[in-house]
Amino acid sequence: MKRRGTVWLLLIVALAATLAAGISVGSERLWIFELTDTQRAILFDIRLPRVLLGACVGASLAVAGASLQSLLRNPLAEPYLLGVSNGAALGTMLAFVFFEGFGFARPVLAFAGAGVATAAVYQMARSRAGMNVERLVLSGVIVTTFLSSIIVLLTSVLDAARLRGFTFWLLGDLSQATYDGFYLTLAAATVGTIILSSQARALNLMMVGERDAMDFGVEVGRVRLAVFGLSSLLVGTAVAASGSVGYVGLIVPHLVRLSVGSDNRLVVPMSAFAGAIFVVLADVVARTAIAPRELPVGAITALVGAPVFIYLLRRS
Amino acid sequence: MIKYGPCDVVRDVSFALREGRIIALLGPNGAGKTTLIRSLNGTMPLSGGRIELNGRTLDSYSRRDIAKRIAVVAQENETKFPVTVLEYVLAGRFANGSAFGWETGEDIAIARNALERCDLNGFAERFMNELSGGERQRVVLARALATDARVMLLDEPTANLDLAHQAMMFRLVRERCRNREASAIVITHDLNLAAEFADEVILLKNGEVFAFGAPEEVLTAANISGVFNVPVLRDENPASGKVRVTAVY
Repeated sequence: MKRRGTVWLLLIVALAATLAAGISVGSERLWIFELTDTQRAILFDIRLPRVLLGACVGASLAVAGASLQSLLRNPLAEPYLLGVSNGAALGTMLAFVFFEGFGFARPVLAFAGAGVATAAVYQMARSRAGMNVERLVLSGVIVTTFLSSIIVLLTSVLDAARLRGFTFWLLGDLSQATYDGFYLTLAAATVGTIILSSQARALNLMMVGERDAMDFGVEVGRVRLAVFGLSSLLVGTAVAASGSVGYVGLIVPHLVRLSVGSDNRLVVPMSAFAGAIFVVLADVVARTAIAPRELPVGAITALVGAPVFIYLLRRS
Repeated sequence: MIKYGPCDVVRDVSFALREGRIIALLGPNGAGKTTLIRSLNGTMPLSGGRIELNGRTLDSYSRRDIAKRIAVVAQENETKFPVTVLEYVLAGRFANGSAFGWETGEDIAIARNALERCDLNGFAERFMNELSGGERQRVVLARALATDARVMLLDEPTANLDLAHQAMMFRLVRERCRNREASAIVITHDLNLAAEFADEVILLKNGEVFAFGAPEEVLTAANISGVFNVPVLRDENPASGKVRVTAVY
């Protein structure tokens, strides 16, 4: 009990510190108490929406990862690896190509794309004998590569000037952050985290086994629908705003479980905070590592995430 | 009737489970025992026929309401996440709480008491995947005991247990049946345990009831040979006076 309190306190303090660092560190070092007009513009028009969006994207992806892992009883389930992020990316690109004038088309189609990809992976991974780790990961690989090839096809019909932006965006990029994107991801992250946390006790039972969960009173079908729907919403809005930032949903819940155990009533909400911290920090590194040039934030998260994936795979 | 794809797995089964009674479900592998028990708590859909609980059909209850009334001791499956024994047993209290909520002090006391009764003192904080097969099986029993259910369905609950714990398992089930006016259906392959502890025995063969009644009526040499295709010797246990069955190889 005491330990939980300590972890919560640490998360809140760390989030505040990370947000402050995210705002002040960069090509132009900002000290918020003494700002010139240019610096004020940098802070409010560029830095602040970027940091806030990064936090919401991190929270969304981590919560989606934590819930998918419990639902699928697989610590390797992750939106990026399952192809859910790619589904959202394809949706976003289709919106960009065909409905460029409609601002809301991007998140809506991203959500739809994430939902379709989730359903496809789930159907492929399921067999009469149940669902094992290998089958799920392989289904994810197949969906991911299939969607990637369509994305490549789309990028090659786009003109060259837009292409560089897209390559960056596909890897996960926060440099195009806007307040509109932030508000939308904030709304999705808040709703998603609250509803999924409300299902956390049911997810605890499903983590042990679907049949067990049914035996002990969980409406398995309803919980599954809630997790698939909300994780698609979380991933869809995150990807529409910032591209496919990978591995966040893998690393963050894993670290949270290491510190507080597997109880989803802690893991789901704590992943939201830890995910926010992780992506904002990764973005600080992305902005400063080879300054004045920038890296896509997804490259940093993947750099950390791939070894964690290998570690988890070997352990399972 | 229960189907798996196009095949009927169980058909023409009709019986009533009355308060305070234990029914043993016996039969060879593949006879449909687990399928039958699964359907009795509504986790396996029926393709025909009807199951009633307290005079109402089972499908008129929600999953949560069924879980409050029927507890299952299934063959345990492995989890990839480190779940502690106490967390596992607290799943038995799920149906009594709100989904959002945390378990109450009372829930934890009930869970700890169930652990104690299953001879698992000091196991609460251990992880499930560190336990032996027999210890895990006792945790699964403790989880069922932690519910308020008045019907218990047990699927080979003694498969991994040593002699002392087999007796403990049946003693606990018997106690619960007596104290709470509960009842139980137990799948087992141990004919002698069934004869000792069950009030009634169902002998299942190819998804149909071969014989149903008191152990001494059902467990005849002819019935057992007919179902298992093994010649058996039947006599009386000199200690308890109950039926004793020995396979002749």
